[in-house]
This record gives sequence, C-alpha cells and structure tokens, in this order.
Amino acid sequence: MAYSFPEEVLEHVFSFLSSDRDRNAVSLVCKSWYDIERWCRRRIFVGNCYAVSPEMVIRRFPELRAVEMKGKPHFADFNLVPEGWGAYAYPWIAAMAEAYPFLEEIKLKRMVVTDDTLELISKSCKNFKLLVLTSCEGFTTDGLASIAANCRHLRELDLRESEVEELSGHWLSHFPDSCTSLVSLNISCLGSEVSFSILERLVARSPNLRTLRLNRAVPLERLANLIRRAPQLVELGTGAYSAEIRSDTFSNLADAFSACKQLKALSGFWDVVPSYLPAMYSVCSGITSLNLSYAAIPSTDLVKLISQCQNLQRLWVMDYIEDSGLDVLAASCKDLQELRVFPSDPFGAEPNVSLTEQGLVSVSEGCPKLESVLYFCRQMSNAALIAIAKNRPNFIRFRLCIIDPQAPDYLTLEPLDAGFGAIVEKCKELRRLSMTGLLTDRVFKYIGSHAKKLEMLSIAFAGDSDLGLHHVLSGCDSLRKLEIRDCPFGDKALLANAAKLETMRSLWMSSCSVSFGACKLLAQKMPRLNVEVIDERGPPDSRPESCSVERVYVYRTVASRQRLDMPDFVWTLDEDSSLRYS
Amino acid sequence: MSQKINHKQWSLQQKSKLRWVRGTHFGEIYNVVVAHKPDKGGHLPTKLTHFSFLFTHHCPHLKGKKDRVFMQIGLLGGGGLFTMSSSEESYSYPDESDLELGLGLSLGGGKTKTKTKHLVAAGGGGSWDHYARILTAKDFAGVVSDKTSSSSSSSSSSSSITKVNTSGTKRTAESPCSPPGRSAIRFSYGSSQVVGWPPVRTYRMISMSNQVKSPVTEQLFSIDDKCKSKNADTPNPNHGSCKNNNISKENGFAKTSLFVKVNIDGVAIGRKVDLNAHTCYEALSRALDDMFMPSASVGGRGSNMEKQSSVAGKRQPVRFHDGSSDFVLTYEDKDGDWMLVGDVPWEIFLSSVRRLRIMRTTDAKGLAPGSQERNRRRPVTPL
Repeated sequence: MAYSFPEEVLEHVFSFLSSDRDRNAVSLVCKSWYDIERWCRRRIFVGNCYAVSPEMVIRRFPELRAVEMKGKPHFADFNLVPEGWGAYAYPWIAAMAEAYPFLEEIKLKRMVVTDDTLELISKSCKNFKLLVLTSCEGFTTDGLASIAANCRHLRELDLRESEVEELSGHWLSHFPDSCTSLVSLNISCLGSEVSFSILERLVARSPNLRTLRLNRAVPLERLANLIRRAPQLVELGTGAYSAEIRSDTFSNLADAFSACKQLKALSGFWDVVPSYLPAMYSVCSGITSLNLSYAAIPSTDLVKLISQCQNLQRLWVMDYIEDSGLDVLAASCKDLQELRVFPSDPFGAEPNVSLTEQGLVSVSEGCPKLESVLYFCRQMSNAALIAIAKNRPNFIRFRLCIIDPQAPDYLTLEPLDAGFGAIVEKCKELRRLSMTGLLTDRVFKYIGSHAKKLEMLSIAFAGDSDLGLHHVLSGCDSLRKLEIRDCPFGDKALLANAAKLETMRSLWMSSCSVSFGACKLLAQKMPRLNVEVIDERGPPDSRPESCSVERVYVYRTVASRQRLDMPDFVWTLDEDSSLRYS
Repeated sequence: MSQKINHKQWSLQQKSKLRWVRGTHFGEIYNVVVAHKPDKGGHLPTKLTHFSFLFTHHCPHLKGKKDRVFMQIGLLGGGGLFTMSSSEESYSYPDESDLELGLGLSLGGGKTKTKTKHLVAAGGGGSWDHYARILTAKDFAGVVSDKTSSSSSSSSSSSSITKVNTSGTKRTAESPCSPPGRSAIRFSYGSSQVVGWPPVRTYRMISMSNQVKSPVTEQLFSIDDKCKSKNADTPNPNHGSCKNNNISKENGFAKTSLFVKVNIDGVAIGRKVDLNAHTCYEALSRALDDMFMPSASVGGRGSNMEKQSSVAGKRQPVRFHDGSSDFVLTYEDKDGDWMLVGDVPWEIFLSSVRRLRIMRTTDAKGLAPGSQERNRRRPVTPL
C-alpha cells in the first residue's frame, strides 16, 4: 500500500514492545505486520515445551536471541509426575543451536537437561550470556564445566533448585582467567564443596557481579572474604551460617557486610547460629527481599532481625516465626508485598510451633501492600479467611496449605467454602489460588462466579461432584492452568467443557475419576488438545473403558500429538482414533 | 494425626452425598472390616478379610443401596497412609441414597495417645491390642440395631472416630478395574507421608533434612518444652522402639526428612527413602520390604492378616538381616566405603549414611568384617 510505513519504521516501533502479549497482538493486525514482527522478535516464552515444535518456532522467528521454556507440569514438584515423563531440552537446544548461532539467553524450568545439551550450548552459541535452570535435572558438574569453559561472555549462571549430579567441585575452575563478565552466579543447589580460592578469585575478577548465591558448603568463616571482594553485590546468598562463636569471626563478618551498601536481597542461611545474625544488621535497612526459608531460627531472633528491615518487600520464612513474629512483621514492615511461610515439620503429627491462622490475619491487617501469600499452617477458619479477604482485597496470589488437606473450619467444623468464597469475591485481581481444607462444590460455585481474573488454580482433596469442576471450567474466564489431585471430578464436567480446555495452557488431573473412555472421547472431539493418559498400571485398554485413569494431562498443542519421547506409561490417542502407545 | 473430630458433625456434612472418606494416618493396616446394615432380606455381605479387596470386590454391593458402611481399621501406630473413596461415577447416587461411611479407628497396642472407644467394643472385641480379628455380623448386631432412628447414623460410633487424614494415594473407584495385586492402598515407604502431600518441594525437604543441627541452639528453643510435654508418652526414639516417630526432638528442632537413594541390584531405577521417618533398623527394614518386595509384603500381609499376632518380627516378607533372604542391605558412608547396615548404633548410622544399596548376598561377601557371619545371625535387634 502506498501509504504504509516503510518496514524499518515499523520495526523500530515494534522494538519498543517487550511484552509477548503486545507482540502477539501486533502480529495479528495484517500479514505484513505479522511478517515484520516475526523478523524482529528477539525473545520468546514457550509455556509448555510440547505445545509447539522447535521447527515451527524456528520457521516463524528466525532471529531469536532469548528463549524461555517450561516443561513438566507444576505438580511434578511434588512427585506426582513419574520419572521419565518427558520435557527433554535436548531436541530444542539442538534445533536452536543450529538455527540461532547468536542465541544469548536460555531459561528452562522443570526440564531434563543433559550434559550434552549444555555442551552443545556452550560450543554453538558464541555469544552466549545467560543460563537459568530452574528445577531442572539430568546434568552433572561436567556440563557446568563446559559452560564455564566455553562461554566467553557468560553473564549469568543460575541453577535455581536444580538437581545436579556432582562429580567434582572443580568445574568452577573451568572459568578462564579472562572471564570477567559474570553478573550473576547462583550455585545454591549444589551440595558439594567448590574450591574456595577459585571462588574467591572468580568473584574478585568479576567487577559487575551483582548476584552471588553460594551453597551450603561455603562456611561462614569464608563468607566475609568473599563479600569483601564484591562490595557492589545487590543479592547475596550465604552458605552455612554457622560457626563457633568467636568475636573475630563476628567482627570480620560485620565489617564485610557494612561495606555492601547496595545489598537488597539476602538468602541462604542454612544451619543458622542466631548469634551471628546481628552481623547483618548494618544492611537490614536496605533489604527488600529476605529468604530465610531454610533457616531454623527461633522466633525471638527472627523478630529482632525482621524489625530492622523496615523496607522489606518480600519475606520467605519458616513457621518458626510463629504468630508472635508475624505480629511484629505486620507492625514493622509496611512495604511488605509477598510473604511465604514454610512448614518446619510438615510430617509431624502435632504442631511443633505456635503458628496459626492468626498470623496471617495480622499480616493482612498490618501490611497494606501485601498481594502475594503462600502459607502453610495447621488450622484455619472461615472467620479468619473472611477477615483476611476484607483486610486485603488486593491479593494477586493466595496459596493456603493446611497440613491436613481436608481440615474443616476448626471452630465450627464446617467446610471452608465461605472463607475461600470471600477471598475470590473480595480479591477481584486474584490471579493465582491454591486451596486446601474441607471444601464442597459450593466453593467452586463461588470461584466460577467471582474469580474472573483467575489464571491458575490448584485443588486437592476438594469438592463433591462433577459440578465443582464444571463451575470452574465454565465460570473462570481467564483460567490458564488448572491442576487437580484427589478430587471426585470425572467425565461429565470435562466433556461438557471440552472447548474451554483449548483456551487454557493445561489441565492436570490425578487420582480423580476421569475414565479412559472419556479421555479417548475428549481427544477425538478436540484435535488440538493432547490428552495424555499417564498410568503406570499397563495399557488402559486392558481395563474397561469406564475405569479411571491414574492421571490425565491435557494441553493444547499445535505440534504433533504423538510426541516421540513418550515413555511406556503415557498414552495418547493416535490420529486414526486407535490407541497408540510407545 | 491423632486429634479427634466430632464425628457427628462430620457425618452430618457428609450425610446425603458422601463422596470421600478421609483416610487415616497410621502405621500398618492389619485388618479391615466392613459391616453393612442388613438389607431388607436381612442379608449381610460376606465379611471382608482383606482391605485391598475393599473397593475392588465390595463396591458393587453398595451401588444404589441404602447402606451404612462401617469400616474398622486396626492400626498399630506410626505412619502409613491410605485412602478410600467412592465416586459418583461408580455409585451413581440418586438423591435418596443415604450412604454413610463411618470411619472407626481402633488403635492397637496402645502405642499412640489417642483413646478411642471401639466400634468393636459393642461386639466385645476387647483384644484389639495386638491383633485384629474379623468382625462378623454378630458383632454388629447390637450396634446396627441402635441406629435405626438416628439420622447421624454413625453417632453411636462417634467415639470411634479419630482425626482422619487423607492421603492422595491411588484409588480405584471401579471395582473390577484394579488388578488384584494393585490394591486401593498404596503405602508410602513406611513413613507418614502421602505421595506429594503436603506440597513441599522435594528440593526443600532434602535441603532441610541435610542441615546440621547447631549445638548452640539447644537452649534457645522455647517450644522444646512445649513439645516435650506433648510427647511425654512417646517412646524415646533413641531406644529404637519401632514406632515410626516422625518427631524426634534433637536440639529442640523437629527433625524433617533425610532422604537417601536406595538401589536394589537388578533394577536400574532407584528409589528414595526417608531415614528420619524410622527410629530403628527394624522399621527401615520393613519399609524397604514394602518398597522393593511388594508382592511378598502385601500379599503376605493379606493372607496373614487374620493370623498375624504381632507386629514386629513375625512377618513373612523377606528380611534383610537374618540370612533368610537373598539380599542384604548395605550403605555407603561419608568416606565412600560400603558397609553392612546394622553394625553401628542407629544414630551414628544416620549421621554417616549417604546412600543405600540392597545387594545380593553373594555379592556382599567383601563387606565389613564379619558380614558373612552376620548374615547367619539372628535378625538385627533394635538397639
């Protein structure tokens, strides 16, 4: 068209669009915009590695620089997905290494990454800068060694909570002396020792280092030296925070901390000796993020620490903080946005700490900016939940886990329907919700009618009938991810809402009442859904069709529904409507 | 979990549309009884003798009927979990159905604090202490006839309900679908955990468990006293009683999990076991039996249910230490050496074990001195 902008101008305009949603919207305007946009897109996010194939991505976006991808469903974190299910990174990396020689960033979550994969990245992508592996597994320290050795411009190596087979601690020495580009290093998930002198030298020659998260094997005595070499640190994860109580160790540490004027985030704190906590006091006023979720610190010491951190925005802590500590938090940290309270003794029969619903109520009352909560406790009441909802209608994420998954309101012994109902009704911006406790279909009715912005819902041991599931699927307009375990939901709701499933990323149901027949029917009805029956009891067609499947994972996909890496306990429908399994 | 709940309340909620029964937290199921209110013809179903057949064989009897089902689970304390369920699909509840599931727990052996009056008390079954017996219709005759008018039908059995804790184990709602060996129960490996519950990431549990407890913190914990008084009658775990006690107070901190890998010769894929869920070698050995010799243990347990007269030491499943099995349990210690399990006190074992391996006896000859002799000795006694 004569009056259209030259491509270069459009490209320049599009370069200001960073959000995927915006870019996707732009590419739908017309064919030429689609074409221009795809050539200038540099970053993509693939929420489900099986929703699309590497070839399709490469064909559409020929000039990517950064890829972020997720593999296994969330419930894999709790061992609900059998080993070997899939989510292998290699096919993606192999295709992309060839297509994108200038690839700079790879972020993977819950995927299986092998040493070969890491080696391939390190050798093919000359400009490789950033590797973040969250909850990944399948690689060893040899793979890390290749990354260290070959990626000349490496800026970030972040192994968040991945499972690494540690063959040796020497991989760190593979960083060449010429490597001075490190900005972020997170090795907190590694169990074994790395050479301290190598670590110190690496830190010393990395002037841009902002984030350093050590592993437990780095003793407290060494911490001071490391910090001293990097006073510009913004985020620090300590190693084991324990040592014999000695005043010289203490003052050494305190001095080192006081030199870090930019420190904003602290984590680590394994094996804490509370007497050493005051060494950090000098930085507390600047701290916005504090992760004490591995720290067994008594409430009194926690309180002393937290009351120094007036600018705290994010706190992850164990239930040792108790209600009394949360009261102090509510009083001191008015900027608090996110709180996570983890159980110190999740399998104990009796509570070991005095942490109840009251703590959460206090924090919701005292912290006006609180929007994200993950809270493990042993008792809850509708009254408390209603109070919390009234206090804090600005919740975006609300995840409550009562240790006994079907605990009723401990005061009235009623289901917690009313409480959670209040949460979804008052918190209109709620995007993520996890519920536990005694819950009937009623709570799902509330969710379906009120939770219009809800994107992710996790349900366990709840509901009475298919009606519950139906309420959710038919009512939650923004739902993207639904994960359900041990609920009496079955075929009817699923089949009645088949079309809804295509608007979502995925649906996980395990130990529910979905029959094999329904899975087949769903797959037949919806050609763009992959219905994976994950069942370790042998071929589903060796049992009657009405038999429930152990797990079903449904996700939309434009790739083939017969992924080639299916293990023998995963079944999907073959294109000719017969059962196919590998 | 051993808190009582008000069963009357519970069953009122569940009355008209019972869908789920909460499982209970207990050590080993050794018996289950299901009793029915007699139907119009005065017939009762045949008694159950094996819990694993509960849903595979008896569910059809419940379909559409106005029945009251009581389940009596004998337990021994400690930690396995199970779940039972009935789903709408298999029972096709019409509105008039009035199925109630009452869960009665009789705690055997007095090993936990929970006191319950047993449903079976009505039938005079006082000797639940060390074993269970199968209750027959006669036992329930008195009980059943009391309930005609009560809407909360299990209220007279309310005392027998203790706190129940659900598990997320495999369940088969349709009876014929589950192959015989695959029961509706799935024990996790002898510990008190349900698969994936509570939803704490494995990474976190392993990190927590591997922490060294600082000696300095001993006096800092005020809850130490609280917990000590609560657990006053808990057997001292250091004496190796085989109660699976998940709370052992060391330095005032509750112990979390200590997962180590376990491999068995001949199987490529290993498992993980939580050593802190056990208090002695006996318990660990039993747990590993369950994990690796399921056919022996479950089947053995099933057929021996009625005959079982004691918890420890008399089970048929393969044992590791008494030389009667083809396998022997070994571990790799901090120095990388492979040792025979059972040679050192339990606590020392815990602090030095890195991983376990179940070796064939023939391969274990090169182990710690005296290992062969060990194999021929009596079973390991708790220390």
